[in-house]
Amino acid sequence: MKTMPLHGAYSPVEMMTIAASRLLSNDDVCLVGIGAPSVACNLARLTHAPDLRLIYESGTIGTRPEVLPLSIGDPELCETALTTISLPEVFRYWIQGGRISVGFLGGAQIDRFGNLNSTVIGDYEAPRVRLPGAGGAPEIASGCREIYIIMELSERRFVERVDFITSFGYGEGGNHRAELGLDTRGPTTVVTDLCILKPHPVTKELMVRSIHPGVSREEISGRCGWPVRFFDPEQTPAPSTEELRVLRDLHRRTEKAHAEDAV
Amino acid sequence: MPEAVSLATAIKTLLRPGQSVALEGFTHLIPYAAGHEIIRQGLTGLTLIRMTPDLLYDQMIGMGCARKLIFSWGGNPGVGSLHRFRDAIENAWPRPLEIEEHSHAGMACGYEAGASGLPFGVLRGYVGTDLIRQHQRVRRIECPFTGEKLAAVPALRPDVAIVHAQRADRRGNVLFEGIVGVQKECLYAARRSLVTVEKIVDELTPSGRMATIVPASPAMTICEVPFGAVPSYAQGCYPRSNAFYIAWDGISRDRDRFRAWMEAHGIVPECRVEELSR
Repeated sequence: MKTMPLHGAYSPVEMMTIAASRLLSNDDVCLVGIGAPSVACNLARLTHAPDLRLIYESGTIGTRPEVLPLSIGDPELCETALTTISLPEVFRYWIQGGRISVGFLGGAQIDRFGNLNSTVIGDYEAPRVRLPGAGGAPEIASGCREIYIIMELSERRFVERVDFITSFGYGEGGNHRAELGLDTRGPTTVVTDLCILKPHPVTKELMVRSIHPGVSREEISGRCGWPVRFFDPEQTPAPSTEELRVLRDLHRRTEKAHAEDAV
Repeated sequence: MPEAVSLATAIKTLLRPGQSVALEGFTHLIPYAAGHEIIRQGLTGLTLIRMTPDLLYDQMIGMGCARKLIFSWGGNPGVGSLHRFRDAIENAWPRPLEIEEHSHAGMACGYEAGASGLPFGVLRGYVGTDLIRQHQRVRRIECPFTGEKLAAVPALRPDVAIVHAQRADRRGNVLFEGIVGVQKECLYAARRSLVTVEKIVDELTPSGRMATIVPASPAMTICEVPFGAVPSYAQGCYPRSNAFYIAWDGISRDRDRFRAWMEAHGIVPECRVEELSR
């Protein structure tokens, strides 16, 4: 866990997680990606959205883990779930069936139109880096009503064009989603450790709409792989004492549980 | 009443070099012991099928069992890369690995088609992705009623399916509890199958928490293999060793360290061990 405070008494990663958690509402049915999305989603459940229904790809529905899972199928998720369903049921009835309001994803690479790459860096046939691949992401990206993305901002991750489209965002921009017959909204918010980006209403290019406290426009531009534009950005409210307390408690419980496992 | 066979006999009887085999288990009930037995018997040229080729397939690929891999997500869950899987794809070590890559939805659909006796499965999937551009095993089709464009994936019909479960009774009925993944579809899709179980009992007594029962079948062989899913877990029996999943990142990064670990744990072809000891 990164705890180095840069802008006051919290780290940029904590700001990112908290800003992401605020996006979720009590009525959401959320398909949770592992890693950063899982932290943000559980923080939302433990603060302002206690009835938020969390679903992990492994089929655990309405799960309420006490500590963060390492994988999408940790026993903790099944033990605290309302019910557990099979994978075909997850993909057919829940994602394809339109029962998920938010898909919360991370990724290795994202481009200016919100397309995600988790397959390869370089050429597909002779990759420089072979990444894990698609998993559930392509159908989560097309089947959930909207997508939130959480990723740390860096030139390597935020690129002009992804090397491989694993999960379709807005393609080439504009009406590309509609042209492919998609009636879901796509990636409506991208939360980073410095700012929040949203697609332009017409072009669908991702633009900075909110800047975290103490962050400069130059820092954001310097860490984005395309000439990023600022669209009337506001300032992200700083983390509250309560948000920070709950987040740090969650990490502390998780580290303790995983340390016990290692013994 | 099916006769009890050992794991070694079951693998020897069921699986031949060059066949296709699916060892399923979505983060839970991963049939490690059976996979290790495949390595020990020196079976090669296999087409390995699995949605999430995690540590077990990393080991099997690194030991040279696989000619081809059909998969949808190849990582160490929550930890990072699979280094043996990457080395095979990036550097053809220890041998070239052909891949056929899908999304989870596509593979689950392929198993369902296989289990249903259909030639292909249909889904609203792969939309706008480059996955559909680079291989011939996902096709666009048109709904004959509405004209909607959909994706078709070929049925998955493994020669052999291998899964792990908590219990079987003496008649060969199998009880799974907890996260059930795609195991049932995989069993029904395969021509023949092997189920390793923690315990063979007189009566199946489901605890009531997400219990799935697969009835006995002549195509299904049962072996009692306690702790057969370690270091993954068996709900109600033992927990997942998250510490081992984290440690594997270091063990598997280096070819020599990987081989040394596999040899130290006796997960190498038996003939090789003899050669080495000569």
